[in-house]
Amino acid sequence: MAPYESDDSTTAGDADDPRAGRRRAARYGVPVAVVGVAAVTIGLVPALADSGDPDLPRISAQKLIEKIAASDVQQLSGTVKVSTDLGLPDLGGLTGSLASGATGSGDGSSADPTAKLTELATGTHTLRVAADGPDRQKLSVLENAAEYSVVHNGKDVWGYDSASNEVYHATTDAGAGTARQDGTGPTPQRLAEDALKAVDSTTDVKVDGTAHVAGRDAYKLVVKPKDANTTVGAISIAVDAETGMPLKFTLTPASGGSAVIDAGFTKVSFAKPAASTFDFTPPKGAKVTEGDTAGHAPGTKSGDRSPAASGKGADKGTEKGRGAHAGPDGLNVIGDGWDSIAAFDTGGEGLSAGAGGGGDLNGLVGALGDKVKGSFGSGTVLSTRLINALVTDDGTVYVGAVTKDALVKAADAAK
Amino acid sequence: MSRAETVATAPPPVRPSPLWTLGLLRSELLTTLRRWRTLALLGVLAAVPVLVGVAVRIETGGSPAGGGPEGGGGPAFIAQITNNGLFLVFTALAATLPFFLPMAVGVIAGDAIAGEASAGTLRYLLVAPAGRTRLLLVKYTTTVAFCVLATLVVALSALIAGAVLFPLGDLTTISGTRITFGEGLLRALLIALVVAASLIGVAALGLFVSTLTNSGIAAMATTVGLLITVQILDQIPQLHAIQPYFFSHYWLSFADLMREPVYWDDVLRNLGVQALYAAVFGSAAWARFTAKDITA
Repeated sequence: MAPYESDDSTTAGDADDPRAGRRRAARYGVPVAVVGVAAVTIGLVPALADSGDPDLPRISAQKLIEKIAASDVQQLSGTVKVSTDLGLPDLGGLTGSLASGATGSGDGSSADPTAKLTELATGTHTLRVAADGPDRQKLSVLENAAEYSVVHNGKDVWGYDSASNEVYHATTDAGAGTARQDGTGPTPQRLAEDALKAVDSTTDVKVDGTAHVAGRDAYKLVVKPKDANTTVGAISIAVDAETGMPLKFTLTPASGGSAVIDAGFTKVSFAKPAASTFDFTPPKGAKVTEGDTAGHAPGTKSGDRSPAASGKGADKGTEKGRGAHAGPDGLNVIGDGWDSIAAFDTGGEGLSAGAGGGGDLNGLVGALGDKVKGSFGSGTVLSTRLINALVTDDGTVYVGAVTKDALVKAADAAK
Repeated sequence: MSRAETVATAPPPVRPSPLWTLGLLRSELLTTLRRWRTLALLGVLAAVPVLVGVAVRIETGGSPAGGGPEGGGGPAFIAQITNNGLFLVFTALAATLPFFLPMAVGVIAGDAIAGEASAGTLRYLLVAPAGRTRLLLVKYTTTVAFCVLATLVVALSALIAGAVLFPLGDLTTISGTRITFGEGLLRALLIALVVAASLIGVAALGLFVSTLTNSGIAAMATTVGLLITVQILDQIPQLHAIQPYFFSHYWLSFADLMREPVYWDDVLRNLGVQALYAAVFGSAAWARFTAKDITA
């Protein structure tokens, strides 16, 4: 980049010449210019690439939902980026232990899908998905210099954790394959279906323009709750214009700020993935854990990432920690639509700080939650950016994607 | 750059032939590689994979079924070493890349100009009709050649140690698919080259620091100090907005080459960051070196 000869002229005589000194100083303009060009490139290129939403024919929300329902994508491979920001305090390993307590899998194999996939509930993850018909799918979670893969090929379900070189194996009968397909993980398709189930009189659904997702033209379907009490602000789903396959799912909270869940393809191809993608033989020397046989499809439970489910999972963990009380009896759903609240009586004492006997967890929950009082008595509210839960001192739990006030009102009304 | 051209006064009476540059490069390479300091650095780098291999071998008692350490701790790929010696190459590179390799490169790069200055030999180098830019390019090329050499020394030593201590054969990628040993070797070579390219940024930074001072030790210490500082800053979560611009941020992305299919995004980002550092600090070194008064 630099000429060879120019600098040969630098002699001692020039040093006294003020003009030469200025020219020399000007050389520092080269690195500064390089930094400037780089900064402009980094700043402008993505902006230019994003500009101009694709020009697609107009479509009604009804038609678009039909398109999603009719979508029959059997073969795809792609990269998915999932960011989850529930606003949970970072509990590190504790979350994991609660979650594994909740799902009841304590066998310690790091390759067990149920234990592994709960890690996806927080932070940003890059996933790779590949599917070829109902019998062959693969989901990989990309980690630092390691990868966790779940491979479903015919009757076999393999989990492979490359960091610890451990393998988890389960078999499933051929019929279960179809059922598992939509439970493999938080693919946009799965998440979109969950959201569309909630469509009823309480919800605004409209097509809001177009977007580029993973290099494809897509319609943007926006689902907005009409209820004022819910913490869900809006759900936006980008639907591939050609195949009707949901490519991106974004859930923004009513309180504003960054998305609570943002899952979308960054790369997608609808070509048939190489057959070798789905071949798996346990590496020599790997520790193989045999899982449950037919029926129990691993990954389905924890793969279900609908907000309500993750909220309940946490609650189950809480309960388990509190001791040997009977399970929740009489699950009650108050209200309908977005501001519905699940209420259940744990039949035991609540989380008052003095309850004692429940181990450290009581204190922990007390410390994390806020004390509230109402005509129902008093209780503790555990809040995230999406799900709030009220645990009254007499042991009733109210959970929902609603504001704290709505929970207190529900508790008051129940009295 | 055209502005620099106008600075030129009368061209030197005898234009050195392009071959002369090669001669300068050859003598520079030989001088660098013959130094005891360089040989000692390469020796230390070659010893690391052997140590890792022997430690894993003793730990697992030589039984391939022993698996790796519990919980997947330690450098990347360490759990797979007992099953396939080729993984020792990847583990050794993952273990040396954060510190040993860039430190060695920092020593060579920091010494490049400042070392000549402190030894009083820089002015003699400039008496030869090479020109400052050409000398700087030769110094930088030598440093980059050392990056490649150092990485290959680690990889080869790891390959030999892995072949002696552990079985070889078809290997499982971290995505769970199988590739043949030949393809594994090719990937190992590719990974070694990517690792060498990861050091280009440090080399350019070290060369720039080297033009700032007349003390070789100061230049080496500053380069290695910067290296450690950046590595620490890269661990602080609050700085995540600027971390992608640290030269060390994507270093361990070479492991993505062991995925199937290969995940190129971070590897390409790493190479882009290295090219940016080479351009910025290379041109800064040029600006400084061509404008500075050589007093030693």
